[in-house]
Amino acid sequence: MLEINNLYASIEGKEILKGINLTVNPGEVHAIMGPNGSGKSTLAAVLAGRDLFEVTEGSAEFLGNNLLELSPEDRARMGLFLGFQYPVEIPGVSMVNFMKTAINEQRKYNNLEPLSASDFLKLMREKKEIVEITSSLTNRSVNEGFSGGEKKKNEIFQMAMLEPKLAILDETDSGLDIDALRIVANGVNKLRTKHNATIVITHYQRLLDYIVPDYVHVLYKGKIVKSSGKELALELEEKGYDWIKEQY
Amino acid sequence: MSAENDKILTEITENDYKYGFVTEIETETIPKGLNEEVVRLISAKKQEPEWLLEFRLKAYRHWLTMKIPVWPHLKLPEIDFQDVIYYAAPRKTPKYSSLDEVDPELIDTFNRLGIPLEEQKHLAGVAVDAVMDSISVKTTFRETLAELGIIFCSFSEAVKEHPDLVRKFMGSVVPYTDNFFAALNSAVFSDGSFCYIPKGVRCPMELSTYFRINAANTGQFERTLIVADDDSYVSYLEGCTAPMRDENQLHAAIVEIVAHDNAEVKYSTVQNWYPGDKNGKGGIYNFVTKRGICKGDNSKISWTQVETGSAITWKYPSCILKGNNTIGEFYSVAVTNNHQQADTGTKMIHIGKNSRSTIISKGISAGKSQNSYRGLVKVLKGADKVRNFTQCDSLLLGDQCGAHTFPYLEVDNETAIIEHEATTSKIGEDQIFYCNQRGIDTETAIGLIINGYAKEVLNKLPMEFAVEAQKLLQISLEGSVG
Repeated sequence: MLEINNLYASIEGKEILKGINLTVNPGEVHAIMGPNGSGKSTLAAVLAGRDLFEVTEGSAEFLGNNLLELSPEDRARMGLFLGFQYPVEIPGVSMVNFMKTAINEQRKYNNLEPLSASDFLKLMREKKEIVEITSSLTNRSVNEGFSGGEKKKNEIFQMAMLEPKLAILDETDSGLDIDALRIVANGVNKLRTKHNATIVITHYQRLLDYIVPDYVHVLYKGKIVKSSGKELALELEEKGYDWIKEQY
Repeated sequence: MSAENDKILTEITENDYKYGFVTEIETETIPKGLNEEVVRLISAKKQEPEWLLEFRLKAYRHWLTMKIPVWPHLKLPEIDFQDVIYYAAPRKTPKYSSLDEVDPELIDTFNRLGIPLEEQKHLAGVAVDAVMDSISVKTTFRETLAELGIIFCSFSEAVKEHPDLVRKFMGSVVPYTDNFFAALNSAVFSDGSFCYIPKGVRCPMELSTYFRINAANTGQFERTLIVADDDSYVSYLEGCTAPMRDENQLHAAIVEIVAHDNAEVKYSTVQNWYPGDKNGKGGIYNFVTKRGICKGDNSKISWTQVETGSAITWKYPSCILKGNNTIGEFYSVAVTNNHQQADTGTKMIHIGKNSRSTIISKGISAGKSQNSYRGLVKVLKGADKVRNFTQCDSLLLGDQCGAHTFPYLEVDNETAIIEHEATTSKIGEDQIFYCNQRGIDTETAIGLIINGYAKEVLNKLPMEFAVEAQKLLQISLEGSVG
């Protein structure tokens, strides 16, 4: 589904990603861990198409397409979803209107008719239950005045609505209390099928108690320096990142 | 470059302003320049009565003593008033009794603008007075309205058929001495719309005037006069467009509204004059005086405007709240892009007791444009228990544009409660990217954000107009982010 080969990216001349290799298949959950500043969020942003970053070398294929040539909106319409670390507020634009526009843009791209108002509302009701969010949240402007936890739940709600093939969750656990963490993780688990894949970016093992990964990768200084099964996360929790830093 | 290439290029570059075409039609114009003879000539061409000529001449003589205002936050280029043609009319008989007599080119023009003149084709519930250059082309649904005693016709016809009404109210809200452009308009105005709603009548359809400048080097100077008698109601719409031309064209209009006891007038404008090209070449200079008086008790005047066009806009739709318990409202969205400049706002003059006013102004600036809100809230001594609420927001796109706010308060009565709120915000690249990541392209994203921002004002527009206005906002700001 996703095939990253020797990917280099920089911002304002500063190289952040230095040769990433990663393969993600349908049905898999990958966790990317690593200390601050190792390039985790940059990788997520580059895959989503943020133009702040310049890809200088390497390739990324998504569902057989050259991902790096596609506009951010086309990547999204094809089924790539980024759960933002810091979701932005868009005052004046209601969640309902925002989501309806997003869904119908995706449908248009896939040659489907736009959803009728009643089908859309029905879909919204269903998906809201997955992340246990209240009606009032979707009546408000996008993320405006949302608490940290509400913003993250709202990301998972949008993921549920858009049903992506590949979801990249960038530090979705940061700023969540234990109840919110459980709700967010449950949401992700409920959306998991053998046809879609998830990349979870996190600092902490904690989230991986709830979202159990098939693979854990350690990103350090712009490179994946270690890949293993879920036990790697526990090892990192126990030993910290220092032993990695010493090795590389 | 081949002609075909040329054509494609023109199509693409002109895409942003879709009303920029010119109608090839025989036009009768008078020579450039302005003097007493020209004023007399215009009056004679329109076969006007002596009193109207006198009014024009007095206005002209007064205009000569005035200077162009320098207080707006606008870089005003020198305007050579002798280089303007003050009267242009599509040739052929200016009065059409049936649509068959109207030049097909003209019908086609208004069809292309989305303003069909055939009544059966028209949007149900909207009567139109179409004005091209100096002449009213056609007024629809006149007979239907006449059954209710509503007069809706061109200004010229009103002068002939309802001289008493015109004479009584013309200049009563905006006297020719009011300002430089009002004096100029009063001297040379060509046509416009007249509307009278009799006592107790609720006008069953939206009335609208559609203004189109077509001829080159021509100024458009029209007047609109709306009189709402006791207990009546009318909703009035105004739309305007012009071809794309390299030179600037002058538009100086007057709108006067009189609301008697318990009457309500809602006036909505979607102003889409040609704004000039991306480098600031061409475009309409729009200097408009709009004012309404809530003359009778419990009357209400509501201005809603969506301003996207013109190279320069100078316009302050105002309310004189003379009666007791009167209400004045001003809802405005003003968009400036590229090199456009706008200095717009309102004046609420509270004279009557318990008079209330609401001002919601939303400025959106992009490109290298300058966008200013200028508003006056004035409470006179005898006006007890006045209330005003003003909200004045600015939205910036990019870092080369300017947004300015000039609120003036003059309060001579202690019982007044005046509130003023203001915000400034920016559309951030991170907001756009967030939308992109959900599959929404940049253009649509800006549309969403802008329409969300302007929602409070757009909600005040009549239905068909609101949809038009939403699209217009989006088109005006295309290419201004990212």
